[in-house]
Amino acid sequence: MTTANSTTTRISQRFAELRARGEMGIVAYITAGDPSLDATLRFVLALAEAGADVIELGVPFSDPVADGPTIQRASERALQSGTTLAGVLSLVRRIRQKSQVPLVLFSYFNPILQMGIEKFAAEASAAGADGVLVTDLTPEESAAYRGILTARGLDMIFLAAPTSTDERLKKIAACSSGFLYLISRTGVTGAKDTLAEDLPALVRRVRAVTQLPLAVGFGISLPGHVSVLGGLADAAVVGSALVSEIEKSVSPEAAATALAERMRALKAAGKSGLSRREAQQ
Amino acid sequence: MSTITQPAAVPGRFGPYGGCYVPETLMAPLEELVRAYDAAQADPAFRTAFESLLKNFAGRPTPLQHADRLSAHLGGPKIYLKREDLLHTGAHKINNAIGQGLLAVRMGKPRIVAETGAGQHGVASATVAAKLGLECVVYMGTEDMARQALNVSRMRMLGAQVVGVESGSRTLKDAINEAMRDWVTNVRTTHYLLGSVLGAHPYPTMVRDFHSVIGREARQQILAAENRLPTHLFACVGGGSNAIGLFHEFLADRSVKMIGIEAGGRGAQLGEHAARLAAAQGYSGARPGVLQGTYTYVLQTADGQIAPTHSVSAGLDYPAIGPEHAWLADEGRASYSAVSDAQALAAAKLLARLEGIIPALESAHALAGLIERISKFAKDDLIIVNISGRGDKDM
Repeated sequence: MTTANSTTTRISQRFAELRARGEMGIVAYITAGDPSLDATLRFVLALAEAGADVIELGVPFSDPVADGPTIQRASERALQSGTTLAGVLSLVRRIRQKSQVPLVLFSYFNPILQMGIEKFAAEASAAGADGVLVTDLTPEESAAYRGILTARGLDMIFLAAPTSTDERLKKIAACSSGFLYLISRTGVTGAKDTLAEDLPALVRRVRAVTQLPLAVGFGISLPGHVSVLGGLADAAVVGSALVSEIEKSVSPEAAATALAERMRALKAAGKSGLSRREAQQ
Repeated sequence: MSTITQPAAVPGRFGPYGGCYVPETLMAPLEELVRAYDAAQADPAFRTAFESLLKNFAGRPTPLQHADRLSAHLGGPKIYLKREDLLHTGAHKINNAIGQGLLAVRMGKPRIVAETGAGQHGVASATVAAKLGLECVVYMGTEDMARQALNVSRMRMLGAQVVGVESGSRTLKDAINEAMRDWVTNVRTTHYLLGSVLGAHPYPTMVRDFHSVIGREARQQILAAENRLPTHLFACVGGGSNAIGLFHEFLADRSVKMIGIEAGGRGAQLGEHAARLAAAQGYSGARPGVLQGTYTYVLQTADGQIAPTHSVSAGLDYPAIGPEHAWLADEGRASYSAVSDAQALAAAKLLARLEGIIPALESAHALAGLIERISKFAKDDLIIVNISGRGDKDM
């Protein structure tokens, strides 16, 4: 459970910079290959340019049990366009020729398992990915995976949930590096109007067990949500709201413009949100 | 490809198979379920309530019937039928539904969600929910709702809400995805009444235990009737709950051979069948992988996307097999093979004409597997075929 590599990845550097500036980070999720890998390259560059601090590239999977309808449809579109895990890794390589934005691969376990964890980690690292989040892999089942990813210098982001006991939160924090991804509410991914009422208490429970930067996701779509989180978390994860922009747009060009606009609004809210926790110290 | 290696002694592991691959939100509820199930197992009051409902509500024990006309017609070994089709609601599924329903009550969860393929598990869940005063929501692929319309009506009559699932192949796999999404959202009030020996720990173990009454009865019944153990057991395998229910009690009887019959569908090409352990017959596309919480043999593409399946039988139309079956196959303790849609339909007709029993298309696969290899049996072989459900739904 070493986190020795975590001070050296782009992810940790970015969170250190955010903390120094008293700024909330924005983590942007989009599904790779929706509607094509070429379009995703354009979207990533537009999001990075507009201020996204970390970009999560969703690896499409046929059976995304943790995802709501928006990302399910995006996964279907990406699979229809022929997207594979190998294709997503080649996209990472192309992004790295143009941008140093921190990149996290966000996947279900089976595609990684079928490629082979060793091969996946070696290629992800060589391509320039910084971290990996596997939706259906918990600390208990991940011993081999952690060993392999650590050896390749990849951050391992695990999910923490409102249902996680304090004991589980400790276990999750001990296995994580880069940042910890806190699910804001029970449920699947998807935009909601309001944040869960018990979110501040949940964040405090997680803060009590880890010094890792904390990114809060699921249901976050609006600058107002980011402002609320500004006192609580290090970053907000915005996914389905961005994926919706891609779905609604008439062309990849229009989608890239819409994504950049949204990101600028979210980032503006993040910049004005001083961390209450930092201010108290 | 990476393969997972784990010692067999880990709870929830069958050799390397099984485990617990779920989003974090479900981990604490699964831990709670493990604790509740362990405590229930140790509680005589739970056992009494379970056995009482099995007997007085579901109608256990079910008969072990000598199929004398079928045996004579096939001209080979002596064949017995384990009549799970005679249970209340028409299939073995009620055994597990009663067990998990009682567990939901014990955990203080007022709501259950279930998936269903053929509709038998949905009907069993709706029935138990009505009997125990639980709210019930059943997810069912719209493809399956069309081909098992009678069971949709039965569930609604019993007060359950049936939600059609339009995603993916609109069959059992997609219904499980949707039930998992409901569970992850409503996890504090809801128990997921999973209907087969699939999913994350403790489901494969727990569902097996609730169905193991099938094999316990069959073993006593065959010893009483024939004064010896059977030589072969046949059962159909989708997820594999009726098969493991029959097999489990006989695992220590090394002389008893166990044969699981999968759905061969329309052909051996990936997409045309639902045979996960029949590579020897040429059925392609199955490799160990992770689907819906468990590590087992899964029909999938080279890059790890779950493949479409086909079977005339909605209950067998699923890309993964229960992890304990994967282990029994690896160990050589049970063997698995597939029969086609056409073979299953012919077997159903034969059983109807010769024995006056219309079996579910799922169960007809087990019989078709026996018929296919009938010439290989000796006269003094003694066979039990699990007739896991009745076929009214398939009319």
